[in-house]
Formats: sequence, structure tokens, C-alpha cells
Amino acid sequence: MSENLIKPENLVYKKTDVLTDRIMHYCPGCGHGTAHRMLAEVIDELGIQNETIGVAPVGCSVLAYYYFNVDMQEAAHGRAPAVATGIKRVFPEKYVFTYQGDGDLAAIGTAETIHACNRGENILIVFVNNGIYGMTGGQMAPTTLEGMKSSTSPFGRDVKTMGAPLKITELIAQLPGTYFVTRQAVHKPANVRKAKRALKKAMEYQKLNKGTCFVEIVSNCPSNWKMTPAQSNKWMEENMFPYYPLGDIKVPEEK
Amino acid sequence: MKELRLMKGNEALAEAAIRAGADAYFGYPITPQSEVIEYLMANRPEDRTGMVVLQAESEIAAINMIYGAAGCGKKAITSSSSPGISLKQEGLSYIAGAELPCVVVNVVRGGPGLGTIQPSQSDYFQSVKGGGHGDYKLIVLAPNSVQEIVDFTKLAFELAFKYRNPVMIQSDGIIGQMMEKVELYEQMQRTENDYDWATTGRKEGKSATFVTSLQLQAEEQEKVNLKLQAKYREIEKNEVLFEQHLCDDAEYLLTAFGSCARITRKAMEMAREKGIKVGLLRPQTLYPFPVEAFNKIAPQLKGILCVEMNAGQMVEDVKLAVNGKTKVEHFGRFGGMIPSPDEILNALEQKIIGG
Amino acid sequence: MAKRGDVVIDIEKCKGCEVCITACPNNVLALAPEVNNKGYHYAVKVNSDCIGCANCAVVCPDAVITVYREK
Repeated sequence: MSENLIKPENLVYKKTDVLTDRIMHYCPGCGHGTAHRMLAEVIDELGIQNETIGVAPVGCSVLAYYYFNVDMQEAAHGRAPAVATGIKRVFPEKYVFTYQGDGDLAAIGTAETIHACNRGENILIVFVNNGIYGMTGGQMAPTTLEGMKSSTSPFGRDVKTMGAPLKITELIAQLPGTYFVTRQAVHKPANVRKAKRALKKAMEYQKLNKGTCFVEIVSNCPSNWKMTPAQSNKWMEENMFPYYPLGDIKVPEEK
Repeated sequence: MKELRLMKGNEALAEAAIRAGADAYFGYPITPQSEVIEYLMANRPEDRTGMVVLQAESEIAAINMIYGAAGCGKKAITSSSSPGISLKQEGLSYIAGAELPCVVVNVVRGGPGLGTIQPSQSDYFQSVKGGGHGDYKLIVLAPNSVQEIVDFTKLAFELAFKYRNPVMIQSDGIIGQMMEKVELYEQMQRTENDYDWATTGRKEGKSATFVTSLQLQAEEQEKVNLKLQAKYREIEKNEVLFEQHLCDDAEYLLTAFGSCARITRKAMEMAREKGIKVGLLRPQTLYPFPVEAFNKIAPQLKGILCVEMNAGQMVEDVKLAVNGKTKVEHFGRFGGMIPSPDEILNALEQKIIGG
Repeated sequence: MAKRGDVVIDIEKCKGCEVCITACPNNVLALAPEVNNKGYHYAVKVNSDCIGCANCAVVCPDAVITVYREK
């Protein structure tokens, strides 16, 4: 290559400043980082960095407040939607989001999730579903697939005794309080771009005060699935997507 | 202008919260305190002051809504009764750990378990010794009248913000349900504050603010604990409140808090009529506990009777405070039963004077 | 002819997950035989076929890739 292309006028992609420069603690290939970046890019593009208040969960993304350069609160396990409710009710003009994993949102925090959505809190809930408890070391999650092995279902999830994996997003979509419910992924460029469009719509809708927007991101967990990142993404496509199909589940009626 | 009204304790609390300029109430119904949220819903504080009132799906959600609002620097209050307060303990620990200000009211009923809806004081340990996990303290105020409910609501917000610490008002089924004349303070303005610790939206050119109780490094967590302990020592130094009656010449002392102290005062008067030189010391703050007051009066006493509507909880703090300088005994009725002045006088004569 | 592009990789933040390598349409990226300070083999350019499509940066979980493309 003769000509040096690396100059400001040629820049087409760089990390948004809405993400801090801290190195994220996530394992190599984990979808959390990409989901963080998409949300941060949306906040950047909408110009709402100083009007956004986020809520971090308990789980792998417990330290999300280190990575988002927006004001954030760290909630107790599962309580992020209640914390976000408290924030949004006293600051109705701010953009409020929660960022939660499957254990946080769909097990210990099911009541808070359902009721915040049922009240139609004008918040964005980002739900990262990788079918396992990552931070505590790979235990069975409410979304762990049938037959899937985890440290607390070492012989595979037996739905007779452990229940079937919970499609909480479909459940959420039934509630009159939700406005926009969608399921996305961030493992391939096309998926990332689509997920970002969904997040952007969801954040923009918050201005309309029409109800809760809920974006599920089906993701991977290379470490606890005990696979390489590439293998985990392939496994996710082959196993997670058939049970958790991607796409919009509830879309606003366009006028 | 100050205003006189005849009010139920729970309703007075709700009115006091509005007048204290509270920004938000989040709660869940439970007997004997449901009048708090009922009064708020009926009185439309949204229209009066802009205060937010929301019935949460559970006490757990309510306390976490408090966390969210308090984390924004807002004056947030919740109320419940014993089983509901147990559910709030997780949230209280997080609030204490994140050093957020808030007010929590416990209209105590008898336990354990679902217990009874009748009044009790059996949550003393839970309120005073921490309640949830980790080394933390709530500031605990113990009103003995509807008037003190009102006054302590204002004080509770002041202390909460002064120390960035949760404050508990330990009411009970008697105070909550009884009607008394009460003088209400004037409506205070809700204020827009932009505390540097609160999440109010990032300031341009500055790094973002976060509210958390998490420290992954033990060294950092110990620093947090040391800071909290230093704060608690300050609170112990500055904020002790108590009342004394006829203590100057007292040879015996009755001590009690909250509604029980009113019955105990009657017992004291009956004892005085019989010529027994007895005084009454009523802690108004259960934490910080009036250690010095007990310590100071102990040498002149032949004994202290601690009267509680529980099986003996504050009595442990009294014993620690007097540190063996005088005899300390407990008399209690519990499970929703209320002691009579006669019973208390009898217990004083048998356990302390004759014992 | 496709426009030419280039990438800058923050190798100390790279965790060598290879997601970018899979995403690149022109096989521009590979893992370096060397490791960074964290002990990860990091992504590097191995040819000049980059077209600046930014697919690598878009999928990078650690936001370590900056992309340039000729005007």
C-alpha cells in the first residue's frame, strides 16, 4: 500500500466516547461488549449522553457503570426495573435504561420486570440472554435450553424437574404496558447493525411516553458454554435461535 | 401558618411527608399502616407539590424504587409494617452501602412470621442492629405520639441528607392507628438539588457519576466500611435524643420507647403517688442510643426496669450502657399484647424494688 | 474497484477472540503469534486487501478497532 489512509478525513469507524476507555472485564468474544457499544453509540448519535441514566444489574454486567460514560446506578439482583422506575418517576424527562442478564431479569427479578412493563414505565430494558449464569460460574439460568448442561444441571436441563426455558420476552410482549418488544443478536455484522437500529428506535420511543421498550439480545457465553468464541456463536445460531427466534415481537402501530 | 388537626398517626405521617417537601413515596399496603398510602393517593400530592406517589408490586420493589429516586438526590420515603420491613432489608443494606438518604417507616406489628396485626416493638433488633447483611446502621427514631410522628418525619429527612444514610422511623400499631391532636408545620418547598453524588445526568466535560455499593477489592471495601464507621461515630456524637422525667431524685428508673413509654410514664406517676422515687428515661433515638444518659444516671440508681412490647431487646442496650453499674431487668408483653400501668408498677416492685 | 481501507488495532485491549477475523470478507485479519501484556494473541492485519467495510470493528466486543477508508 503506497498511500497512508490513516488520517482523520478517512475515518469511518471509531469507538464512541460514550464508552469509557476502561478495558472491559468480559471474557474474550463475549457479546456484552458489543451490546454495550451499540447502546453507547445510540446514546451518542441521539445526543442524549447527559440526559441518560442507566441501571446496572447483578451478574456479568454488574460493572457496566465503569464502561458507559453516563450516570448510572448499580441495582440489587433483579431489582433494576424497580430502581429505574424510581429514577424515571422523579426524572420523567430523562432517558432511563436498565441493562440486565437472564438470571437477573427472568429469575430473581421476574416480578420487577413484569410489573415495570405492565405499568408501562417509559424506560428501555436491555435484556442480554445467554442462557446461563456467567458471573457465578455457569449455573442453570431460567433461559437455559432443554438438555443444556450447566454446573447445576450437569446432566442437562430436565424440563420435567427444572421447568422449560422461560421465553420471558414473549410474555412481556403480551402486556399492554409494552410498546416495542424485539429480539436481536450481536454476533455478526448484519445482526449488530440491526440490533443497533432496534436499540435506537427503543430509545427514541422513550420521548413519546408510550410505554416500556424491551430489547432482548440473544448472546453467547464462550467461557461457561466451554467453547471458543467462534464455536459459541455457531452453537448459538444452531441451538438458541430456534428456541429464541430473532425479530420484532411487538411493534408500535405506525400511523 | 401552623395548623391544628385531629389525625390518625399513619395519616399524619403521610401529611407530614408531603409538607416536609418529599419528592416521592413508594409503598405497598400492609396492616397496620395502609392508611399512609391511602391518604397519599386520596390527597393527590402530585397536584399539591409535584410529589410522586406509586403503589409498587411489593415491598422489595418499593424499597428499590426508593434507591433509584434517592440515587437521584431526591427526598424519598416508604412505609411498611414488620413482615414488609423484612422484605425491605436487602434494599436497605444496598442503600446504606451506597450511602443514599431516605426515610423508612416501620409501623411495627407482632411477629415472628405473619404474626399479628396488633402493635408490638419486636423489631427493635432488626432496626437498631442492622437488619440486612453487612456492617451498617440505620438512624432510628422512635416517636411516642402523633405529634412526634410529624416532627420526626421532618427530622428524618434532615438527618438522612446530613449523613447520606437511611433513617428509620419506628412507629407501631398504636401510634399508627390512634388519633390525636397534632400541630402541622407549614408546607415546605420541594427543592431542586444537584448533589455531586447523585445521578442527575452527566455534566459536560466531567466523568459520569455512579451509585453503587460494590467494591471488588477487599482493600477498597474495608475503606468503605471504615468511612461508614466514622460516619456512625459522628452520628453517635451529635444526634442522640431522649427525654427524662423526674430523674433528679430517682432511686429507680423506668425506661421505655415509643407508645410503651406513655404507658410506662403512667406507671411512674402511680409509683410516685405511692412514694417510690422513680424516674423515666425515654430514648427518642434508638440508634444512636443514649448511652451517656444511662451511664450518667446509673450510679444514683438501685435498679432499672426496661419496659418493652417484646421479649427483651432494648434491655440489652441498656445493660451495655450501664455496664454493670446498676441492676437492669426487663418487663415485656408481646405478640400484640399491651402492658397495663398496673402490670408495669407490679413488675417494678417485684423485679427491681423487691428483687 | 472497491475503495481501499485500513484498520488500526489497539492491541493492548484486544483479547484475541477472533470474532473480527470471522467477520472480515477479505481475510485481512489473523491472530499474531506474539501476545500482548495481558497474554492474549491479538488481531493483526496480514495483507492489504482491506476495503474499510468496518465489519471487524462492528463486531469487536472490546471496541479496539478503528477503521479508515479512502474518500
